Amino acid sequence: MIAEAGHYALVLALGLALIQSTLPLLGARWRDAALMNVARSAAIAQLMFVAASFAALVALHVSSDFSVVNVFENSHSMKPLIYKVTGVWGNHEGSMLLWVFILALFGGLVAIFGNNLPLSLRAHVLAVQAWIASAFYLFILITSNPFLRMANPPIEGRDLNPVLQDIGLAVHPPMLYLGYVGFSISFSFAIAALIEGRIDAAWARWVRPWTLVAWIFLTLGIAMGSYWAYYELGWGGWWFWDPVENASLMPWLAGTALLHSLVVMEKRNALKVWTILLSILAFSLSLLGTFLVRSGVLTSVHAFASDPMRGVFILLILCIFIGGSLSLYVWRASALKQGGLFAPISREGALVLNNLLLTTACATVFVGTLYPLALEVITGDKISVGAPFFNLTFGPLFVPLLAALPFGPLLAWKRGDLLGAAQRLTAAGVAALIGLAVLWAWTGGGSTFAPLAIGLGLFVIAGALSDVAERIGLFRVPLVTAVRRAGGLPRSSWGTMFAHAGVGIALIGIVCETTWNSEFIRSMRPGDVAAIAGYELKLDGLRQRQGPNFHEMVAQFTVTLDGELLDKMTPSKRTFTTREATTTEAALLTRGASQLYISLGDTSGDGTIAVRIYHKPLVLLIWFGPVLMAFGGLLSLSDRRLRVGAPKPAKSMRGLQAAE
Amino acid sequence: MFVMRILVCVFAIAALAGTTAYAVQPDEIMSDTAKEARARDLSRELRCMVCQNQSIDDSEAPLARDLRLLVRERIAAGDSDAQVIDFLVARYGEFVLLKPRFNPHTWLLWFLPPLALAGGGVALWMHARRRVKPGTGDDASLFKLTADEEARLERLIAAEPSPEQKT
Repeated sequence: MIAEAGHYALVLALGLALIQSTLPLLGARWRDAALMNVARSAAIAQLMFVAASFAALVALHVSSDFSVVNVFENSHSMKPLIYKVTGVWGNHEGSMLLWVFILALFGGLVAIFGNNLPLSLRAHVLAVQAWIASAFYLFILITSNPFLRMANPPIEGRDLNPVLQDIGLAVHPPMLYLGYVGFSISFSFAIAALIEGRIDAAWARWVRPWTLVAWIFLTLGIAMGSYWAYYELGWGGWWFWDPVENASLMPWLAGTALLHSLVVMEKRNALKVWTILLSILAFSLSLLGTFLVRSGVLTSVHAFASDPMRGVFILLILCIFIGGSLSLYVWRASALKQGGLFAPISREGALVLNNLLLTTACATVFVGTLYPLALEVITGDKISVGAPFFNLTFGPLFVPLLAALPFGPLLAWKRGDLLGAAQRLTAAGVAALIGLAVLWAWTGGGSTFAPLAIGLGLFVIAGALSDVAERIGLFRVPLVTAVRRAGGLPRSSWGTMFAHAGVGIALIGIVCETTWNSEFIRSMRPGDVAAIAGYELKLDGLRQRQGPNFHEMVAQFTVTLDGELLDKMTPSKRTFTTREATTTEAALLTRGASQLYISLGDTSGDGTIAVRIYHKPLVLLIWFGPVLMAFGGLLSLSDRRLRVGAPKPAKSMRGLQAAE
Repeated sequence: MFVMRILVCVFAIAALAGTTAYAVQPDEIMSDTAKEARARDLSRELRCMVCQNQSIDDSEAPLARDLRLLVRERIAAGDSDAQVIDFLVARYGEFVLLKPRFNPHTWLLWFLPPLALAGGGVALWMHARRRVKPGTGDDASLFKLTADEEARLERLIAAEPSPEQKT
């Protein structure tokens, strides 16, 4: 009953989406406000029906209704409640339902909060949104129905894949999807602008908060996924340049470029055509990511979906939306008027450089990810493109990007003074050089690359701080005045500072972890002591423990530093009975921003157990950086001018007052 | 999306029918630390062919272990790094290299990133040149109003009541 209701709600959502994708367009053409307003109510109703459908699937999973194929294949009656819920999107059908739910959520939010949008723009945006939604509803209903029943329901389910039974699954996919799908709003705005042939600074002001929301979630989603892989996979790696990771990195790079070009558009009414293209690209790359992951094209045997029908269907969606939007762009973009002029050395110029480097980085990831697939299809040759390739090609692009980053906010609009900006960055440069020299001396010149890279990171952080210090006149005016000015500084300036500092912090974390990571790999027996990076870890013993749907072997280590007892660490190995699969649960001990990491291997006949212990200096900075970036984004989102919304043209000339 | 990657590892483990192995295992490590370091560096550049984009240094699959042992065997036999790589490519094909070799098949792969940067740079330069015409000086073109804007300004000034009238 619940399954059928959920299925039916999804069909109704499709019907609503079809209405929403046509009637408002006719209304905009005929200038009929009532028809245009259909978009609003349809979007809200659509959201309610998809939410009902999603809730139905959650209810089926929670009540362990094994007569539904999706529940049978991915759940188990003994599974803890939280994993029953998260298991809903831990599989192909359920995760697609989450995808359309989030799409409908964004559509509904535009409908609810879009009151200050011009009526025809809102109608167009929601109609484009509904085109995407219709395509994916059809995809789910035709190829991946999560509500399918089976004739002879079994008593017990097959359980969720053990590695997915982790809190990471509760957070990572929803965050990532909020990011991916959030870019559909800027896409819809871009298409609406192209259809209407009108775009101005107000457009950028409407698009920016939506792009920012998507970007914040995508940033957190990627960071969260990286941390999950770090502690779950058992060898302490946090980024693998894997196609599925690249699939989320590409929209992030394009989205970051978009955020910056939107600033130029909002403030200076320039870069319109380019901003439209980036909006289209960011969402196209999100669609590409969905295709790569959901179609099974990467590894035909390993992916969720082994059914070629699904792959072809998503490919079709991909071609229609990307091809269609780019054709529309080529056709209509020339109609958009160019905006303000600027000199190469200016804030705009710096943001253009940012866009050039970020899109090149994005293109690099794109080529590296798709080249092996294309080559195999065309010539039949199989090659691999992995971390060493990306380190060589992607890495160097970030050097000029980060070196130029602190200059950008210090340059004036239209025409900047590079020398002046450099003078104001003297303190930051000196701080970076001191840091570099100290590191160099401290590490004894072991690695040339690491101190330089850390120096660059320090320059970015110090540069971000000196931008704000410069704005509030710190050390130039009395402290009280500076503090008052700091209070008056727009929140978006603080946002810029935190986000930019986050980039530098992440860089330092990455360099420290890769350069000074130490490891200890040995077979140990109870009583043995492992020495690593000054710490001593004594293996106290091994014991068995029974969990709800698994049993595990737990090892206990006592950690001491210079003879002083710090803590106990208990890494374990779990065996899940239903799937007969094992997972390693690494134990982590955080000391400042550094971590000790233990994971267990096999036991052998003579009573020893293989143990891997890592000391990862400042590893937490890798994720702290993105969190800071997201925090900066959040501050920027709360900026007054975005809350207040786009300026409306004055009702009458009487409203204009001369400035006194 | 890491979900996928995690799953792939599980598939690799499942192939082992329940027993797990490790990335580098204690019994694999060579006694000569310099040689072991070389082996680790080489391992990071070699792909575990049954995994999804994992190096043999990271992978838990049994094939990766075989390859790691093979690399160490060759190093112990006195091969140079290049010889080890050649040996593995001869045996398993280019697929085993995570950093593809530079040959006609991969020219496009290696050249596209720098070409994209150069192309973008040139496009920007051309664009800037076209918009700020040489000779007129950028000062003038940056701050001069177009005829359209002049007209609009006139209209605005005409429409607005002057401050003296109001106060």
